[in-house]
Amino acid sequence: MRKTRKHTGETLSGGVPDERGYFGAFGGRFVPETLMPALDELKKAYKSIASSPAFKKEFDYYLREYAGRPTPLYFAKELTVKLGGAKIYLKREDLLHTGAHKINNTIGQVLLALRMGKKRIIAETGAGQHGVATATVAALMGLECEVYMGTEDIERQSLNVFRMKLLGAKVNPVKSGSCTLKDATNEAIRDWVTNVKNTHYIIGSVIGPHPYPMMVRDFQSVIGVESRKEILKKEKRLPDYLVACVGGGSNSMGLFYPFFKDKTVKMFGVEAAGLGLGTGHHSASIEKGRTGVLHGTKTLLLEDGDGQIKLAHSVSAGLDYPGTGPEHAYYKTIRRAQYVSITDDEAIEGVNLLSRSEGIIPALESAHAIAYLRKLVKKTRKSDIIIVCLSGRGDKDLNIIREYHKDAR
Amino acid sequence: MNRLVETFKKLKSYNKTAFIAYVAAGDPDMRTSEYIVRALSKSGVDIIELGIPFSDPMADGPTIQRAAQRALESGATVKKIMGMAKRLREEMSTPFVYMTYYNIVLNYGIKNFIADSLKNGVDGLIVPDAPMEEAGELVEAARNTDFSVILLAAPTTSVERYRKIASLSRGFVYYVSLTGVTGARKAVQSEVKKKVSGFKKCSKLPVCVGFGVSTSEQAKTIAKYSDGVIVGSAIVNIIAANLKNKKRMIAEISKFVEGMANAVHGG
Repeated sequence: MRKTRKHTGETLSGGVPDERGYFGAFGGRFVPETLMPALDELKKAYKSIASSPAFKKEFDYYLREYAGRPTPLYFAKELTVKLGGAKIYLKREDLLHTGAHKINNTIGQVLLALRMGKKRIIAETGAGQHGVATATVAALMGLECEVYMGTEDIERQSLNVFRMKLLGAKVNPVKSGSCTLKDATNEAIRDWVTNVKNTHYIIGSVIGPHPYPMMVRDFQSVIGVESRKEILKKEKRLPDYLVACVGGGSNSMGLFYPFFKDKTVKMFGVEAAGLGLGTGHHSASIEKGRTGVLHGTKTLLLEDGDGQIKLAHSVSAGLDYPGTGPEHAYYKTIRRAQYVSITDDEAIEGVNLLSRSEGIIPALESAHAIAYLRKLVKKTRKSDIIIVCLSGRGDKDLNIIREYHKDAR
Repeated sequence: MNRLVETFKKLKSYNKTAFIAYVAAGDPDMRTSEYIVRALSKSGVDIIELGIPFSDPMADGPTIQRAAQRALESGATVKKIMGMAKRLREEMSTPFVYMTYYNIVLNYGIKNFIADSLKNGVDGLIVPDAPMEEAGELVEAARNTDFSVILLAAPTTSVERYRKIASLSRGFVYYVSLTGVTGARKAVQSEVKKKVSGFKKCSKLPVCVGFGVSTSEQAKTIAKYSDGVIVGSAIVNIIAANLKNKKRMIAEISKFVEGMANAVHGG
C-alpha cells in the first residue's frame, strides 16, 4: 500500500504543469505584461513559502481548527440502497465553515498573501460562495477585501452579498458584458493590473494564469488526500469511481489529483448541461467547447465562430462559466477522466434524491454529481465503491430550488 | 518593404515623433468606422491601430470595453474588418496595425490570420494578453514575412526583461505608461520618461507610449522622449459622445486628432 501523500506534493500527476504553467497543450499565462512580474513573484513565493514546514503547519491549523477539517467520508447507506448499485461515500465538504470547499483555497491563498506582504485582497465571485469564503478569511486575518460580482448575480444571490458586507468586504457590482462571473473575473483582473503592487488576487477555481491552476489544485487536494486515506482505512482498498461536478473545476480537481496515479480509479467530472446540450444553453465547455484563451489560460471554452466567448447557462451559478480549468482539459485529452453532463432538471432531481434519502440538502453544483450517480450505478457491481464530492450545502440555493418547484407545478 | 519601418524611418529623418491613433474597428458600426479611419488618416495620424473587438477585453477600461460592445452588437466580425482594411488600403498608405486579444487570433488560426492580414494591407499586430512568454507562436509565424508582431512593455518590466521583449518585437515596442487598463487619466510623466529612456538605451527599436494619453500637453511632453504617442480612449470618447450625429462625430474626431498630431509633431 502506498503511503498517504501530503497536499503540496509536486510530482503527483506526472510533472504537470511544466515550468511555463502548461498541462500538455493547456494553461500558460495569457495576461497583460504589467502582471507578469507579479505572477513570477507569486510563483516563486508559492514554491518557497507553501512548501515550508511553518506554512504547512499554519495552513493545517486553520483548516482543522477554523474550517473544520478533516471532513467526514460518510457512507451514504440509504442512497446506496435506493440506487441499488455500488457503495456510495460522500466527501462532506458541505460541512466546512461557510458551507463549501472554497474555504480550503482561500485560507491557503490568504496565508500566502500575508507572507508576501500584500495588504489588500480582491476576488471574483459568481454565486457568492468564493466571495463569502474570501471575505471570511480576510476578516479573520484583518485584510482589506473587495469582491467583484456581476449585477445579475448580485440580484440572484442577494443573501451572499449581504454576508460579504457583514464580514466587512466591499462588493463591487460589475455592469459590463453579461454582468455575470466571467465579467466579474475580467473586472478583478483589471483591478489587479491597476493595484498589483499592494494587492493579491484570490482566484477561486483552478483557472486563470499560471500558477493559479496549480496552486488552487494543491490547496484543494486536501479533499482527495483525506478521501484516499479514509477509504483505505474504512474499506482497505481504493475506490473504483470518483465523481465530482466541474465548472472551473476546483472541487473535482481537489478530489481527482491525489488519485492521479491510481490507474484503477475511474474519474467522472460532471458538467452542467443546463437546458440540454443541444439547446446551446449549457455550461459544458469540456464536452462541447473548443481550445481558446480566456482569463489568462488556454483551455476548453464555449465560443462562437469568431472567437467571441459565449454565455454559459446553468441553474447552478457556480457552474455557470464558459470555460474550465486547463488541467481538466488535459485530463480529458489524455483520457485520465471522463466528462459527462447533467441537465438543470436532473440536478434538481438530484437535490430531491439526496434530501429525501440522506437528509442532506446539497448545493445545486454538487447536485449535478449526485444526479449522475443514477446513471453511473447501472454500470457498477454492489461490491464497487464510489466516492462523490459533496462540495457544498444547499442553503444558498433554497430560493432557486423553491422557484423551480413552483414552475414545475 | 514594411510600412511601419518606412514610417519610422521617414519621421526620424524629419526628427519627428509618430502619432498613433486607435479605434475599435466596427465602432459604432462598420460603415461609420470606415469613415473614421479615413478622417484619422487625413488628420495627420502616422499609424492607425485597428482594434478587433473581443467579448472579454481584460486589458481595457470602460471606454474601449463599450466600444467593443458597440462594434460586436452592430455585427463586426474579423472577416468584415479584414474587408474594411482591404478597401482602406487601396486609398491610403498609412500603416495599419491590428490590436486584439489572443483568442481572436487563435480562433482564426495564427498562420491564416497573419497571411490574411498581409493580404489585406495590415502591417502588424498587438496582442495585449500575449506577453513574451506566450507570443512565441505569433513571432514564429511572422518570421520571414513583412508582418510585425509588436510586443508590449509596462512600468513593471525590468531592463533585463525589456531586452528580451525588444529582441522579439518588430516595428516598435508598445510601452504601457501606467499600471492599469486603457483609459484617459494621468501617468506620472517623470517616471514614464525615466523608463522609456532606459529602454531606448537597450535597443534600437522605436518605443511608443500609450494608455492614458488624452491631452495635447501630455502628448507634447511624451513626444519629446519617445518615438511615438498612442491615443485611443480619448478618440473613442468622441465616438461615444456623438452616436446620434455621425457628421459631427467625424468633424470632432478630425479636430481633436489634428490638434494631437500637431502637438506630437511639434507643429
